[in-house]
Amino acid sequence: MSGHVHRDDLGSRLGMWLFLVTEIVLFGGLFIGYSYMRYKYPAEFHHGGAELNATLGVTNTLVLLTSSLTVVLAIVAIQRAEKKRALAFLGTTLALGLTFLVIKSFEWGAKFHHGLYPNSPHLATLPPGEQVFFGLYFTMTGLHGVHVVVGLAVLSVMFWWVATDRVRQDRYIHLENSGLYWHLVDVIWIFLLPLFYLAA
Amino acid sequence: MNETLHSPDHHPYSLDEPHVEHPGYGTFIKVWAALVVLTFCLVGLSHVSQSYAVWGLLTLTPLKAGLVFYYFMHLKYEGSLFKIVILVTLGTLLIFFALLFSDVAFH
Amino acid sequence: MSTQASTAQPSYLVDTGARKGLLAWLTTTDHKRIGLLYLYSMITFFFVGVGIGFVMRLVQLTTFQKLITAQTYNALFTVHGVIMIFLFVVPGLPAIFGNFFLPILIGAKDVSFPRLNLASWYFFMAGAILAVLSLFTGGGAPDTGWTFYAPFSLKTGTNVSLAVFAAFVLGFSSMLTGINFITTIHRLRAPGMKFFRMPLMCWALYSTAWIQLLATPIVAITLLLVILERFFGIGIFDPSKGGDPLLYQHLFWIYSHPAVYIMILPAMGAISEIIPTFTKRPIFGYKAIAFSSMSIAGVGSLVWAHHMFTSGMSGMALMIFSLLTMVVAVPSAIKVFNWVSTLYKGSIDFEPPLLFALTFIFLFCIGGLTGVMQGALAINVHIHDTYFIVGHFHYVMFGGTGMALFAALLYWFPKMWGKMYSKKAIYVSWFPMFIGFNMLYFGMMILGMMGMPRRYYVHLPQFHTMHVVATVGSWLLVLGLIIFFATLLYGILKGPKAEDNPWGGVTLEWTIPSPPPLENFEVIPTITRGPYHFDQQEKA
Repeated sequence: MSGHVHRDDLGSRLGMWLFLVTEIVLFGGLFIGYSYMRYKYPAEFHHGGAELNATLGVTNTLVLLTSSLTVVLAIVAIQRAEKKRALAFLGTTLALGLTFLVIKSFEWGAKFHHGLYPNSPHLATLPPGEQVFFGLYFTMTGLHGVHVVVGLAVLSVMFWWVATDRVRQDRYIHLENSGLYWHLVDVIWIFLLPLFYLAA
Repeated sequence: MNETLHSPDHHPYSLDEPHVEHPGYGTFIKVWAALVVLTFCLVGLSHVSQSYAVWGLLTLTPLKAGLVFYYFMHLKYEGSLFKIVILVTLGTLLIFFALLFSDVAFH
Repeated sequence: MSTQASTAQPSYLVDTGARKGLLAWLTTTDHKRIGLLYLYSMITFFFVGVGIGFVMRLVQLTTFQKLITAQTYNALFTVHGVIMIFLFVVPGLPAIFGNFFLPILIGAKDVSFPRLNLASWYFFMAGAILAVLSLFTGGGAPDTGWTFYAPFSLKTGTNVSLAVFAAFVLGFSSMLTGINFITTIHRLRAPGMKFFRMPLMCWALYSTAWIQLLATPIVAITLLLVILERFFGIGIFDPSKGGDPLLYQHLFWIYSHPAVYIMILPAMGAISEIIPTFTKRPIFGYKAIAFSSMSIAGVGSLVWAHHMFTSGMSGMALMIFSLLTMVVAVPSAIKVFNWVSTLYKGSIDFEPPLLFALTFIFLFCIGGLTGVMQGALAINVHIHDTYFIVGHFHYVMFGGTGMALFAALLYWFPKMWGKMYSKKAIYVSWFPMFIGFNMLYFGMMILGMMGMPRRYYVHLPQFHTMHVVATVGSWLLVLGLIIFFATLLYGILKGPKAEDNPWGGVTLEWTIPSPPPLENFEVIPTITRGPYHFDQQEKA
């Protein structure tokens, strides 16, 4: 289309934030479901939470928090036209994101090994509240995991765009918006950690 | 997505003003350190007792999320519109939650 | 603001890019063309839905001997609901008229994210195709009703998973449109277009977009949980695993009640545009209408559990939700009073759009007031899940949103295609439509009061007379619809050329040529006054 093409970075960020609103409400629905069930089965949730490996949960929290930091540092680097530094920060984020997924898969693997997965025969022998606990655990960490994968894919594109100067000092809105998404993934994990590993 | 056909001049009457200052590396590293400390506080509380763990969940977790929103997600440097958007969202979720519990809690 | 701007730009209907014909339409990022894409696809789905409804009425012509099996009947009412709600009434007005007119009404050249806008249409079509596929694949058409209530939806062998996934994709389309509209309204208003100088349609679309953003994700996650439940048995809604079907109902209605306001708010916005134009008066109580849109969006999100009064909720919740349900009637009533006050002492021009707008007000009042009845707990227990409910929500959805959509179509038709339809034929179509509509849906309300439960395949002999009346009504209604749409189609193809401003409107869309040029405005206008300045025009 012809005509005056105008860049509206603020509009783009607003659009991204509105998208994040839908993500917050999406997980908000799950958190509401969690509270409903936890209110119904406090003892079973406590018992279920004790079966989770809190060390892995806390490690993953630190991994994600650090990856969030490196994204925001990459933006600072881009603002200062320090391309190499930006690439290093983004690369660290990607590595940390992958680390998160690896730890997560070990954790899930251990649960599967103990016969704790949806519809498993062992799970069916547990009290109903614990079945719901593990149902929620797999749903919420699973959906979060999907978001991590999507975030990593988006950040990989950003890495490439920074490398090829499509994202640069005077035009970094895409990196900013991808960063926003990654931080939201981090925030969701901040809530998941105590709900499942610590305070259950 | 950021290229839009647009009236060439200014944006009238919006709540949002463009952000100008760019914070440096130091700010964010400090925030990260605070987040790590808060995480360990949370872990520590969960070892004390169940009720401490729940109180930690209810206070420290929103604080951590708030730090990420405010600094990492640059909410501090955005105009009021963005803050209102987030407050409206959280308020809505809170009301959904409260109304749902008007059923659950009175069974 | 010059009125008849002559322009060098070609009309948006003329292909100017490298691509021609259908390909140009399918790859367009022009909000006007996307609006038409939505229009054509939705009218198609609407007629499929009408056809299914028509068959359902035929089935009820007999008491026990039926044309089709009970299982088919279950599939029919499910698919009728899914198509009409997810493919027509929910996205209808915002996707069609919001896309076409929102940028024009605020003096912009397009929406904020034109490519995302096209993507929304593709999500819509993908969802629609999946919904249609779910009828013919897997274990057959879903038979749960459009609400997909657990635990039946978890256990039935029919193709619920695909239908639910289709609704999920459609929700995505709806959210993206909402994001686009909010950003557009915040960022792309013309100079001088303050929030309180926007036409009321924009206020309606703005509040609708907020509901789309804040409520749709809840249904998305709920439907996702149904799918996960069906494939992996996670147990959150399954009582045998400790889950709770009531949680499903809560989560489902947290979205699906506000969805009702996604349907009706833009309809109210369109009516607020039509009434001032045909009375040549500024609308009465502009700010009251604008704020009532926002408060409907707010309060409307807090009344969902009135769909569950007989589900076994706590007494506390029953009282709270009953009260809130009554409260939400207030902002709706504010709008009705303001429309009627605008008519008072206006110089009324009884053109087809006004006829349908008044029909909207009449039918919506019946639908709205019967809604307040159901908000009362004692009455609700009596009429819950009867034909009364079916009659009531058709008055609101079809008599409200449907009629408003027709009114908007008649109002903006000359602008969209630059052609005019035969007004006489439209008046003719109104009579069978109006009479048939009331026979059908008022008949249903009487049946419900008599005790006829909804979704039943057979009925007892004492209900037979009213069922026949309703079925005959459905024939008249369909006849009216056919005349209506045939007239419009003929108007598009063979109609005489329309003027730029056939109704004497004063909002921005009437200041540009019909059909609008590619970029809407030659020069972006500067706004110096409110939207309905008929009083100032006379003085000048």
